[in-house]
Amino acid sequence: MTVANVSTQGSEPVFHLIDEHAHPEGASTMLGFWIYLMSDCLIFAMLFATFGVLGGNYAAGPSPKDLFDLKLVAVNTTMLLLSSITYGFAMLTMEKSRVGATQAWLAITGLFGLAFIGIELSEFAHMIHEGATPQRSAFLSSFFTLVGTHGTHVTFGLVWMVTLMVQVARYGLIEANRRRLMCLSMFWHFLDVVWIGVFTFVYLLGMLR
Amino acid sequence: MTSDTHALPDHDAHGGAAHGSLQSYLIGFGLSVVLTAIPFWLVMTGAIADKTATGILVLLFAAVQIVVHMVYFLHMNTRSENGWTMMALIFTVVMVVIALTGSLWVMHHLNINMMPMHDMSQMP
Repeated sequence: MTVANVSTQGSEPVFHLIDEHAHPEGASTMLGFWIYLMSDCLIFAMLFATFGVLGGNYAAGPSPKDLFDLKLVAVNTTMLLLSSITYGFAMLTMEKSRVGATQAWLAITGLFGLAFIGIELSEFAHMIHEGATPQRSAFLSSFFTLVGTHGTHVTFGLVWMVTLMVQVARYGLIEANRRRLMCLSMFWHFLDVVWIGVFTFVYLLGMLR
Repeated sequence: MTSDTHALPDHDAHGGAAHGSLQSYLIGFGLSVVLTAIPFWLVMTGAIADKTATGILVLLFAAVQIVVHMVYFLHMNTRSENGWTMMALIFTVVMVVIALTGSLWVMHHLNINMMPMHDMSQMP
């Protein structure tokens, strides 16, 4: 009450925080995770640069026109884009603390992610079956490295998603689980951003070469 | 009565990651669908005969779509985490641009300078 009295009379109360005040657990997780994503972005930038340099070296082997099926890539892109929006819905239901709906949206996101990985693996299998293996040409080496690294990220994102669904089922939407779900949200949307680069740089521009 | 709360460290003011709304997610999704469909349509139908023009357009659409994803899905703004996420992003973009343009530029020149090899193979 004395503080209130002081503040109501005369000058504004002035407070100085001389020392850094304590931060609650997880306060810096989001920024830290963002910086991890930025470092991951640099990895992809190097792979894009490698593909940009080597992407035209076919070594008399197959070229993008012989290998890529743009319709399949369009379906794949749709899968990843849909998984992005459904993850957004999972985050919105999480804000409202609706555990069942959050789990359902996470499951739908996971299925779209699984469809993406399935289509990508079948594309890879088809290419390798036709003799377009990573060791065939510099173009194919850099193609498999870039697209494969993205696919690996999505796969680990799926593992993470299943883990978090188990966590949420066990402990509910506690503070720690919310934080983890937000990290995965950033990771998942970031992978969609990288995929924009992949389908533009590798597939669309590859077909134009 | 509530004036003493001023003394408490206000952690909400730190502004963690921003949250989206249903509307922002739907706008982002709608824009992404359009920005994905147009470049695919351009390349699949060959609507523009000039391949260089198509390529530049496709790259432009990708750049716009990346910004759309950043704003509507990753909720990037200059306020979250006191602007540190934006700082990290700007730093990364600068690094990516240097690495990409540098690699492509240098290797392109190297390719041009290697061209005489082709003529030499014709020589007796």
